[in-house]
Amino acid sequence: MDWKTKEKLIKYILLIFAMSSIMFLTGIVIVLFREGLPIFYKIGIIDFLFGQEWYPTYDPASFGILPLISASVLVTLGAMIFAVPIGLSTSVFISYIMPKSIKNFIKPTIELLAGIPSVIYGLFGMKILGPFLKDIFGLPTGLTALTASIMLGIMALPTIISLSEDAITSVPKKFRDASLALGGTRWETISKVILPTASSGIVTAIMLGMGRAIGETMTVLMVAGGASAMPKSILKPVRPMTATIAAEMGETPVGSNHYQALFGIAIVLFIITLSFNIIADLTRKRFYKKVSGK
Amino acid sequence: MKETNIGYRHLKQKIIFSLLGITLCVVLLILAVIIYFIVKRGIGVISWEFITAMPQNGMTEGGIWPALLGTFYLVIGAIIFSTPLGVFAAIYMTEYAKKGRLVSIIRIGVNNLAGVPSVVFGLFGLGIFVKFLGFGVSLLSGSLTLAIVILPTIIRASEEALITVPDEYRNASLALGATNWQTVKNVVLPNAMPGILTGVILGIGRVAGETAPIIFTAATFFTMRLPSSVFDEVMALPYNIYALVTAGTFPAKQVPIAYGTAFVLLVLVLLINLVAVGLRLKFSQNKR
Repeated sequence: MDWKTKEKLIKYILLIFAMSSIMFLTGIVIVLFREGLPIFYKIGIIDFLFGQEWYPTYDPASFGILPLISASVLVTLGAMIFAVPIGLSTSVFISYIMPKSIKNFIKPTIELLAGIPSVIYGLFGMKILGPFLKDIFGLPTGLTALTASIMLGIMALPTIISLSEDAITSVPKKFRDASLALGGTRWETISKVILPTASSGIVTAIMLGMGRAIGETMTVLMVAGGASAMPKSILKPVRPMTATIAAEMGETPVGSNHYQALFGIAIVLFIITLSFNIIADLTRKRFYKKVSGK
Repeated sequence: MKETNIGYRHLKQKIIFSLLGITLCVVLLILAVIIYFIVKRGIGVISWEFITAMPQNGMTEGGIWPALLGTFYLVIGAIIFSTPLGVFAAIYMTEYAKKGRLVSIIRIGVNNLAGVPSVVFGLFGLGIFVKFLGFGVSLLSGSLTLAIVILPTIIRASEEALITVPDEYRNASLALGATNWQTVKNVVLPNAMPGILTGVILGIGRVAGETAPIIFTAATFFTMRLPSSVFDEVMALPYNIYALVTAGTFPAKQVPIAYGTAFVLLVLVLLINLVAVGLRLKFSQNKR
């Protein structure tokens, strides 16, 4: 084989490897739809998505996943209320106020938060934060939407901090210099020049943080309490989509309605996280266009 | 108060900067509190026997050796599958493909794969490896599932490492008459190795802690024997923690074991991450 054919061959083999992510993504879609799609026909798409009762093991069973979707949305929004302000102000502090020598130490430390396995967050939330909140609010159980929100917020922090910090520091230095030269203080420069320029990068960070929170499984499985009724209060137990799948898949016979419904939930979840990621991708592109000045 | 008063503006800045500093302290405090409680409640359980002994009496006594070994096997399996896949994918994207639509489609694929919830990976593994390919709930199914979970991490790290290799190196090699592949193999890859290794180590840390992808594909709560083939079910540290605190029937005896397991897992994962950070620092200093 001469070297030209060999090079071509290598190129095509590498291309197959490079396509692997897309192949797996397609594979995930195929598996989810093959196993989960029938339930949409059986129950009806409206009744499945907006049904308010999730009693998969009753006779007759009822497969409405609105309580599960609401629980996921509730704990994710709760997490963001907590994580966005803290994450954003921390990233401003790290990127512009803190001396660089300390920053090189602090940033990896915060990234350690992302390295802690979710099951350890779950254990902490279940055995330490949960009982603590139970005493404070005088609740029958400490495993509630609030506990889950706080734990998810903590878990979303490193994503939000690290990515917003990247966005803030990639604002060109001349923007800052121009503002300071006009007599703006450092805070005015940050709040009126840098943050507006970095805004789409920050939105990307928040979207990815939300995507991580809504897809997080072990923590909500252990901490959210697991009640599948419509969430009425943030101080009550709830059952988000991920927790439902993880908790019930082991006990259901393959191919049953319940099994298909769990894959149906996964389809909904997959579409939600996919849209978060696509929005994040689009805002990221807009951000790069903005800071590169094209 | 006037907006133009420079004293007022500086005071305002001082107050806001202090508030921002406080939020950073809050973040660091949260990290400290979590680590403190896991260490405090876990360290008392740790002994040589706890780490090296088999579990006894339905996971109420004894050690966690099979879980430790199971996690080790899952890590090795996942790395064996995902490292070549990820590195070759990155080589294609940085060294072979022309910048354009195909690369950006591939990159969108990588980004979206990274965003798939871990439990969905678990369902995929269940559908493909456990059921369709008939591997059953096994070490093999779990490793393959976890390999897909960390694939984006490895592709991104390798890509970053390959990009930082200066073009002069490539041009020098090509000018000497080497083919593109010879250049990649002999010049680019060796120089990108520390960066790729960092990505692999981060991947190891992630695999060691992932729970949801192995619940339906590999993990078992309690087994009296060590895995002897890739088709055996395995115990794993993170699943062990989950099962002990949620399905355990003797909480008084099992929760301390869960804390002990969590301590071991936390120390392992933090060490792995420290190694990765250290490697990255050393690597970036060499470059300068």
